[in-house]
Amino acid sequence: MRIPDSILHIDRRIIFLLIGAAVCIPLILQPRFQDSPTPIVQSIFDTVERLPSGSRVFLSFDYGPDTAPELDPMAKALVRHTMTRGHEVSFFTLFPEGLGQIKKITDNLLPVEFPEKAYGRDFVNLGYKAGLGGAINTMVVNFRTLINADAEGTPLDDLPMTADVDEMVDYAIILSLTAGDPGLKEWIQFAGDIAGIPVMGGGTAVVAPELYPYYPQQLVGLMGGLKGASEYESALVDRYPAYRNATMDATMRMGPQVVTHVLIVLLILLGNLAYFFGRSGRPGRNDRTDRADQADRRR
Amino acid sequence: MDVTLQLWIDAALTLMILSFLYRDNPFYKFAEHLFVGVSAAYLMAIGFWDHLVPNLLGKLFPSLMSGVVPGAVGRSPDYYYIIPAVFGLLLLTRLVDRWAWLSRWALAFIVGGSAGFNLPRFLDSDFIIQVQSTMVPLVVLDPAGNLLWGASFSHIVLVLGVICGLVYFFFSVEHKGILGHVSRAGIWVLMVTFGAAFGYTVMARISLLTGRMEALGAWLATMF
Repeated sequence: MRIPDSILHIDRRIIFLLIGAAVCIPLILQPRFQDSPTPIVQSIFDTVERLPSGSRVFLSFDYGPDTAPELDPMAKALVRHTMTRGHEVSFFTLFPEGLGQIKKITDNLLPVEFPEKAYGRDFVNLGYKAGLGGAINTMVVNFRTLINADAEGTPLDDLPMTADVDEMVDYAIILSLTAGDPGLKEWIQFAGDIAGIPVMGGGTAVVAPELYPYYPQQLVGLMGGLKGASEYESALVDRYPAYRNATMDATMRMGPQVVTHVLIVLLILLGNLAYFFGRSGRPGRNDRTDRADQADRRR
Repeated sequence: MDVTLQLWIDAALTLMILSFLYRDNPFYKFAEHLFVGVSAAYLMAIGFWDHLVPNLLGKLFPSLMSGVVPGAVGRSPDYYYIIPAVFGLLLLTRLVDRWAWLSRWALAFIVGGSAGFNLPRFLDSDFIIQVQSTMVPLVVLDPAGNLLWGASFSHIVLVLGVICGLVYFFFSVEHKGILGHVSRAGIWVLMVTFGAAFGYTVMARISLLTGRMEALGAWLATMF
């Protein structure tokens, strides 16, 4: 078999092995690819940064464990930033699986990195609400109709942070981490565009292209996939050097991303070169069809 | 559950699923069926406890549900919730051929209600404001009157891209002459969009693979 043919008929399992190696080796060696924030990510950071300390922030975890490797780093970066700035954060989710993602933050990150922050005073978990876009619409029309207690059933009036939250517009900004529907798009449609609350957040890389058209008029900023998360982390480290030694998941995972993308580009180039060189040495499809037609006519 | 046990289950199921990359096998089938079964059961439990109980049973029988629905104590029943309850039951008539036609009423309500609910929002957010966002100046100047090359180029690409894309989907006139050229440029715009989306999808999949590899790494770390 000629070289171009052997490349074109390469066993797909070899490609899987190459991709596996391209992911595992950078994970072991941990090369650092420091990002600098692009304007679309920087605008989220600047908005959170400019809010007066103690502002109410609504953070919706609209994803489950299946997309956690992409969105957890965004959640951690946003929680670190909002908590460092002294904002009051309400966690919420439109995904039933989102409860577990919120729990990871409230049980693992907050007690370790912000032990002085208290539940009900600095942050609260409003839990999961069914109803997709309809749930957002209800919250905008009458917040207390849908949410009158936190995830554990404690009435909002009994929590110092939410006692005087009566409307969605009592929140300064809405942040959503999105894996699909419902997510940022619904927050824009049913909250941002109607109530005028600034909406921003992050989405998986699959969802991100759908969300870019809303920027900058309807969406303050967007973190697209792991790259967006990495950019936010770098903005956080630049502004707060204390985080320089903290584990920055997205920055760490950019190593496998870079190596794998280079490998995929090389494979695409190799595949195309093999196709063109392989084709030049043998008759094309049209040539073969023409000869078959001539043979038919002769018969 | 013990964390080490969790890691072992996590790693075993990950390896079973990844074994499909070599070829289909009983371990993959087991993990696949387990995933489908657990997901279905989880969603059923969520559907009952987070949808039906607070949104229907808690409204119709607040005293009975006071232990599980926050704020239900002392609330009087909302009897108009009988209407959605009946519609919900009508959906189940699909299970009986003779009465299946009754489910169409509930479906008609769902389709009509959803369309009516979503149309104004989509029209506003995804059409009017999007059109508005495309109406941008092609020449962008800073306050001192200097030309901003980057912003101007970006706006020109945006406007031309939208026009070319729209022309490609305009089928009322044959795509010949100038219209044909613009339409061809529209295809290029679409191709670039698809390419960007593909690049993003690769990034998403690699992120997920990285997450799994990290989980396997954590599992291996428990052994050494």
